[in-house]
Amino acid sequence: MAEITVNGEARRVEVEGDTPLLWVLRDTLGLTGTKYGCGVAQCGACTVLVDGVATRSCQVPVDSVAGRAVTTIEAIEADPIGARLVAAWVALDVPQCGYCQSGQLMAATALLKETPKPDEAAIAAAMTNLCRCGTYNAIAAGIRQASEAA
Amino acid sequence: MKAPLNLSPLNLSRRGALGLAGGLLLALGLPQRPARAQSMGGMQHARKVPAYLSIKPDGRITLQNPFAEGGQGIHTAVAQLVAEELDADLASFTVETAPAGADYQVLFNGTRRVTGGSFSIRNTTTHFRILGATARAMLLEAAAQRLSVPAASLSTEPGFVIHPGGRIPYGELAEAAAALPIPTDAQPKSGAAFRLIGKPEKRLDTRAKSTGQARYGIDMQVEGMLQAAILHAPRAGADPGAVLNEAALRAMPGVHSVHRLPGAVAVLADSFWRARKAVESAQVAWTAVGGQAVVPEDFSSSSMLETLRSQADAPGNPASDTQGDAPAILRVATKTITADYDAPYLAHAQLEPPSATVRFNADGTLDVWTPNQAPEQFRAIAAREASLAEDRIRIHTPLLGGFFGRHFTYGTIHPMNQAIRLARAASRPVKVIWTREEEFARDAYRPMGFARLRASLGADGRIEALHATIPGEGPVAKHFGTSRLGNPPLDTSAVEGVAFKPYAIPNRRIEWVHVPHPINVGFWRSVGHSMNDFFLEAFLDEVAEVAGQDPLAFRRAHLAHSPRHQALLDAVLDLAGGWRRGPFEAPDGTRRARGIAMASPFGTEVATIAEVSLRQGEVVVHDLFIAIDPGSIVNPAIIRAQVESAAAIGLSAACFEEMGFEDGRPIPRNFDAYRILSRAEMPKVHVRIVESGAPMGGVGEPGTPGVPPAVANAIAALTGRRIRSLPFAKERIGAA
Ligand code: FES
Ligand code: FES
Repeated sequence: MAEITVNGEARRVEVEGDTPLLWVLRDTLGLTGTKYGCGVAQCGACTVLVDGVATRSCQVPVDSVAGRAVTTIEAIEADPIGARLVAAWVALDVPQCGYCQSGQLMAATALLKETPKPDEAAIAAAMTNLCRCGTYNAIAAGIRQASEAA
Repeated sequence: MKAPLNLSPLNLSRRGALGLAGGLLLALGLPQRPARAQSMGGMQHARKVPAYLSIKPDGRITLQNPFAEGGQGIHTAVAQLVAEELDADLASFTVETAPAGADYQVLFNGTRRVTGGSFSIRNTTTHFRILGATARAMLLEAAAQRLSVPAASLSTEPGFVIHPGGRIPYGELAEAAAALPIPTDAQPKSGAAFRLIGKPEKRLDTRAKSTGQARYGIDMQVEGMLQAAILHAPRAGADPGAVLNEAALRAMPGVHSVHRLPGAVAVLADSFWRARKAVESAQVAWTAVGGQAVVPEDFSSSSMLETLRSQADAPGNPASDTQGDAPAILRVATKTITADYDAPYLAHAQLEPPSATVRFNADGTLDVWTPNQAPEQFRAIAAREASLAEDRIRIHTPLLGGFFGRHFTYGTIHPMNQAIRLARAASRPVKVIWTREEEFARDAYRPMGFARLRASLGADGRIEALHATIPGEGPVAKHFGTSRLGNPPLDTSAVEGVAFKPYAIPNRRIEWVHVPHPINVGFWRSVGHSMNDFFLEAFLDEVAEVAGQDPLAFRRAHLAHSPRHQALLDAVLDLAGGWRRGPFEAPDGTRRARGIAMASPFGTEVATIAEVSLRQGEVVVHDLFIAIDPGSIVNPAIIRAQVESAAAIGLSAACFEEMGFEDGRPIPRNFDAYRILSRAEMPKVHVRIVESGAPMGGVGEPGTPGVPPAVANAIAALTGRRIRSLPFAKERIGAA
């Protein structure tokens, strides 16, 4: 059993403490916006914010986030930076299949929280999630647009 | 709208000629290869308004799309066509993939459908326009009856019927319209004054995909369902004997039951993670079985490459574009150029792992939710697996988290088959998810490819003879056999891209030698073109070099007969700021060069220029300039995005991807060992759309094939080194 805070709400979940946060979010809490792509911290589809830091939730045992704030894509627009990013994603039609985009947006949100006006190098360093549809340039354009809207 | 069907045959001329039929035609089990688009599209279903459209009182329009949306923008593009003629706001559309059913067979003369082959738009443009025009006519008629005026006195604005006294929203007319007979004569607009077609309209699903609301197959939740994790046999073709620690597995938290399936063991549990933990600790005694799907114990990708190479001089079956007598010319030529090229097995690596959710219902029906590119074929397989009649089965096609050819039917080792067995055994709904590791172990891989190319030059410095031998097997021969591939048979999915090129070569013979793959292979973005255009276009640069000619001039010389290709080359040069092979020094101090390549996939023509440098022995691709001529277009923004996406996967394959096998087993099992293109390697992609007015071609795949050869040709220009074996990253290319 574990007690965690997800999108501002305290949740008590009946799972083994070593269960990856990813599967607690998806299966136990029904928050399926966070995606499974690899399970080994390679793809970033499962990225959420833990205390504002982009974190690959497939590698995070649920008991390690007790007492910390987990934010998922479902709450992204409650964050002003997240809302600006979503607006930019919509304006630029960034997604293709869309499967990686929850993770991309969470990573981008963490980036802009840390670095409001990132240069190319900062974007490259922070945005390491895979996109099989090759939307990398559109993602970078979305981040630039959101950072300029600030 | 609900109304009786009143369908009359139409005889509209279709704009889209199929050109060179790709593998998918045969993949659909067509009796014969249709030579032209009349038999590809077909308008039989174009007036079945009730099957496709419903308009709610609030004006929201739901459209049943025969095609699956997996990032290619097909839900938006199809809605654009319908909205144009219906005269409705694009934003008022909700688009879903239609269930299995006769009304949605919009390809192959109205008999089949599939999302693939870059077929969708080019073969159904008129179908969807007639559909929209017919629905509009019904709304006009409903308004006319309500106002007691002739329909001809009315007009429309997006979402409204306009009359002298005001306007009526479609939503208020829909019910009355649905009760009317369906007109048989409504025609699409004539002329080119389009409101939506040809415009860069916004995609309909972007917001849902940017807020976590988009639902994919893997997200499916059904009341009372169990979740299943699967462990396949290490080598395809083994079955589980006993699960030695079954009792211990059953005692693990949340575990419901342990099951033996064909080629796999499954654990059912109340969550996926619990199921997965249990199945991964299963101790299974695997028993080798006989039959077709068994991968031999000594199979390896390196031995397969040698097997292909050993057949490179064997006599093969010629492609249909054979002319003259290339072998005879080459026998007596004073100088011949010969080279061997190869490309490895590839995984699709769509980011969403496969899954299936199934539910047997009390009324004897079965619901299936699974990513798929062909609902009717999945329904047929589900019917066999479940021993149910097809009309008892509903196939739901969710959004696809990428597909690239992954979600056709490639045999029965599939989450759907597994979920059907498990749901039956457990008497509960079941969702099966394959982990990434299981997916990489049971993909239907892009085939390994090999070609031996031989050419000689004439006195005019042009190619006099080209003779290529391609030993191997494409997905068409693999899955549908050779008996309907002509006599002698030709697997176009094995040779397209070496064969069917536009260059004028007086003596040409492209031969296929059938060498079966012992592992499962499938359609992968741009199919045979994904490697064959690399073989041919890189070889062309080699021949140009022997001829002492510039690669661009050499291509132009062989395309003198084709204004369309000359214009395409002009376009890509304009986009790239001219032709500059290099090596040259770029403003940032890097030493760069450019390579060029052309491809003619899926009825579309493409010219690609790559600009590269080297960094620490790895190629850096700075820019890709791609001119694409699909004849005519529906949505330029979607085309640009698709070309960029297709280029990215082509570059990924060229640089990094390789699915190796040893001892009959796939080696890379996750993205740590199977490298795909990441942000760091993504070049700038510049796209120019050329509308030549030629018959409409595909746009989803054609951006892929030109990239590997353009990059290889740039590397050769930069380093003098000719790479003939993919991927580039296998070895260091040279000093920076
Ligand atoms: S699923 Fe967590 S990084 Fe891929
Ligand atoms: S949009 Fe498809 S994986 Fe990124």
